[in-house]
Amino acid sequence: MTAAATLKTWTGAALAAPVVWLASIVNVPLKSWQRATGTGGMAAFFLAPNMAIFGIFVLVPLVINFFYSATSGTAYFLQDRTYVGLEQYQRLLDCGSYLDTATCREDLFWKAVHNTGLFVVVQVAMMTIVSIATALILNREIVGRSFWRAVFFFPVLLSPVVTGLIWRWILQRQGLLNLIVHDMGGEPYNWLTDRFWAFTAAVSVSVWAHMGFYTLILLAGLQAIPRDLYEAAEMDGTKPARVFWRITLPLLMPNLLVVIVLALIRAVQIFDEVYVLTGGGPGTSTLYLTQYIYEIGFASLLRNPGLASAASILMGLVLVVLTLLQLQVGRRGERKGARE
Amino acid sequence: MGRITLTDIDRAYGKIKILHNINLDVGDGEMLVLVGPSGCGKSTLLRLIAGLDRPTGGRIEIDGADVTEVSAARRGLAMVFQSYALYPHMSVRQNLAFGLENIRMAKAEIDARIAEAARMLDIAPYLDRRPGQLSGGQKQRVAIGRAVVRNPTAFLLDEPLSNLDAELRISTRAELAALHKRLATTMIYVTHDQVEAMTLADRIVVMRSGRIEQVGRPLDLYNAPANLFVAGFIGAPRMNLLPVKVRSASGTQVHVEGPGGLSATIAADGTALRPGDEATLGIRPHDIELSDDSKGSVEARVTLAEALGPETVVHAIIAGDNKLVAVLKRQDVQTQGQPINLTLPTERMHLFDCAGLRVASR
Amino acid sequence: MSGVVSFLTRRRGGRFWHWTDIVSWLWLIGGLVVMFGPAIWLVGSSFKTPAQLAEFPPTILPYVSQQATVEGHDKPLTLYRVKLPDGSTKVLAELRRIGTVAQMVDPKAPNDIVKVNIASREPVREIGFATENYTEPFVHFDFLRYLRNSVFVTAMATLITLLTNSMAAFALSKYRFRGRDLTMLLIVGTLMVPLSVILVPLYSVVSAVGLLDSLWGVILPTVATPTGVFLLRQYMLTIPDELLDAARMDNASEWQIYWRIVLPLAAPALAVLAIFSVVWRWNDFLWPLVVLSRKELYTLQVGLNTYAGQLNVQWHYILAMTVVTMIPVVLVFVFLQRYITSGIAGTGLK
Repeated sequence: MTAAATLKTWTGAALAAPVVWLASIVNVPLKSWQRATGTGGMAAFFLAPNMAIFGIFVLVPLVINFFYSATSGTAYFLQDRTYVGLEQYQRLLDCGSYLDTATCREDLFWKAVHNTGLFVVVQVAMMTIVSIATALILNREIVGRSFWRAVFFFPVLLSPVVTGLIWRWILQRQGLLNLIVHDMGGEPYNWLTDRFWAFTAAVSVSVWAHMGFYTLILLAGLQAIPRDLYEAAEMDGTKPARVFWRITLPLLMPNLLVVIVLALIRAVQIFDEVYVLTGGGPGTSTLYLTQYIYEIGFASLLRNPGLASAASILMGLVLVVLTLLQLQVGRRGERKGARE
Repeated sequence: MGRITLTDIDRAYGKIKILHNINLDVGDGEMLVLVGPSGCGKSTLLRLIAGLDRPTGGRIEIDGADVTEVSAARRGLAMVFQSYALYPHMSVRQNLAFGLENIRMAKAEIDARIAEAARMLDIAPYLDRRPGQLSGGQKQRVAIGRAVVRNPTAFLLDEPLSNLDAELRISTRAELAALHKRLATTMIYVTHDQVEAMTLADRIVVMRSGRIEQVGRPLDLYNAPANLFVAGFIGAPRMNLLPVKVRSASGTQVHVEGPGGLSATIAADGTALRPGDEATLGIRPHDIELSDDSKGSVEARVTLAEALGPETVVHAIIAGDNKLVAVLKRQDVQTQGQPINLTLPTERMHLFDCAGLRVASR
Repeated sequence: MSGVVSFLTRRRGGRFWHWTDIVSWLWLIGGLVVMFGPAIWLVGSSFKTPAQLAEFPPTILPYVSQQATVEGHDKPLTLYRVKLPDGSTKVLAELRRIGTVAQMVDPKAPNDIVKVNIASREPVREIGFATENYTEPFVHFDFLRYLRNSVFVTAMATLITLLTNSMAAFALSKYRFRGRDLTMLLIVGTLMVPLSVILVPLYSVVSAVGLLDSLWGVILPTVATPTGVFLLRQYMLTIPDELLDAARMDNASEWQIYWRIVLPLAAPALAVLAIFSVVWRWNDFLWPLVVLSRKELYTLQVGLNTYAGQLNVQWHYILAMTVVTMIPVVLVFVFLQRYITSGIAGTGLK
């Protein structure tokens, strides 16, 4: 063993020792707890820390949110707010036609709803296709797979703020994109002041930033598919496209579902990077729901936390439906794997 | 000591009953084999004994102490799992030591026990390998070793040979039998393979649909199956079962007639039978003999003759649609399509009544 | 190069290039450019001087103008290549500029002032790095303090996340108990709840428990991540129950089963979660921004934002600080990426 390896082993042991010691100390009272309550009590023990934190910082705020949405005023503490019933909801839903934002009392909210809807559809579709394509290619017998995987994973690390700043820097008038356009003989353009290009940028940048994550999940799924299935298909003379549709895709389905659901969740939450990139502009063309809620709740001069809460609850309702759908699909997959 | 007593054990998952009123007494040092088709509840029963699952009714005792509500860890039993369930992140040595460390055994004692088990099971060369680096047979030995080092009251083995290839299965079977002899510890062994049951067991428990069909020594089960299920399950090839009609019945003799001119007087207790009753006659393929003339024999037509060398397996049909398999200790057997005369020795016949229960021999 | 060739011939067996091989390589090379290009452009830009950042077309590499010390002047003067009226070019130093006319001087003859139209000159430049973009934020801003806060938040949040999430995932994947499905529903349900949806009520809860303006106020609300529980549970479902039964037969308590069996076997999933937790917490922006109002508690992201939000956006500093903010995360990733690859391989149970 080299000196370095010895050092590493010793450092590892030194670091691990207190943790191991702590774990064995914890074991003593837990054993009596287990004896007293049975495994059911142990389940409660294992759940407790997570659920306590979860309860205080997620569930309680979720519930309070309903009370917020039934009050008005600019104060943040519930006792300082006035009860107004469903007024905030009426205000949000007061619309001549839901397809025409101009006829709505809260036209910004509906603008954000429309924008988010379009964004989610386009972005999730693009994300799924790009991730599958990348995962399929990474699953081939390529030289340096881990390197290539790292390449696509790299942007996932970047903070949304950094991502937004990088692309703002590239898309600005003196930016890299205009340098390329210039070198190809075109005219520099203010990309982010154009409604279409701002939307395209928002979608592309968010796909750029997160696709590596989904590729990783899909790649793991692809590598779990037994090689002999492909070999059997090859023996049968199956065409590559057919192999993809009849073998790869069905077996990848559990991972693909996870990917689509996670992508949906993220797409609906989209805020930071687009906010830094476009600020919701030009005009309101990249104003998304979260930004609307954030601005009405905190930032804007017309601060109205109650209205923000009401909007967030409406958004939440849509998400609940999606969640239930996902759970249904997920449970079906799980039952297949259940033991005898 | 390792006596295990089950009294009125029930297990239900919701409305579905997996086990019905199981009563069983396993003697100290006995090798008891639970056998039955998959889904018969044998594995569930083993998990109940292990303490990994709780019965919905009944009582489990080990050496007279009620352990029904005692956790698996404190029952002093060891189990060998079908998938071996070796901890993949630990070396073989750590796998063996894990259970001993958990009861705070002294390091020296642990080492001694591992050395002993490793020697006994020939696993010493791979003590420092991970399970992932072992072959199926080696993993199996380690799994047994993990149970052996515990020095348990009883061993519970859940289809321990089912993941091995045929050849290895036979040699490991023999080793298991030797191990049992050496340790003289109670073993409860679950399998769906009746050959394993016959070769290993002191006593066999045949189960079906959550019920015990019969308990007995292997040869008793073979020679006197309690019902049609056991008759069909124990012995290979399966016992031939022919539909017969009772012609006359007394306390000592039953006369039956069946297809292909079959007519036999069996020494059995026919007090419960009436002339004209439907019954089933069983005869093992190995008991059937070739006959030179048609007198006292059954006429059959050969559909397939499989010459194995020392014996020939003859598949035949009697009177249209009654299949019969005979294993004849000779090579010169009629080939396909030919008529053949077979003798069914009455002293080797088994008689079952219309409910499928054995009619006791006299 | 031989690696490329062997790749191209391996997958499809023949010695011809299958079209999918070509597509694959185009995709990979394109990916390399698109994924790393922007970051490299950022790093390159971060070494440019403010004047260079305002130029169009921008240069790929950072340049610095050459300067020379001229006799009779205290400060170094910027050098320009000037096209003189007689058609010759000469390197001159600029004294001052008035409108479109610059007063320039030959460094060798410091007394002759030449008046030059700025259209007929261009600066003399060489590749150089404006490292002061990096050094000055350390002096001007509490950069080190932000760094320390970020490290503390990231490390603590990740440790707590791994512990609590894995415990919950263990309970949810390996026990049957009443309310399990409900708990799972709650957790999966809140997968869909973005932070900003509960931002307002969460703010009041955190202030009610007295964690406003504290790093723990940043850490605690983030650690019970539904994603982590979800991810770990899915992984733990693949650990055979028979292994747990074996441990129970081996006298292991439930805590030991969790700690000695399930946790080590879930290492690949834990590593994934650790990576993401580190990245999430390091990159968290909105929540720290809301909770922290005292400047000395700022995390890097918030500090960066404060800087970028100033009236006079100093891009040269922002770009440099952005690069520095990226570095630790990239290092952690490189380290853990290797760990994941080796962790997934070689599990004995199949």
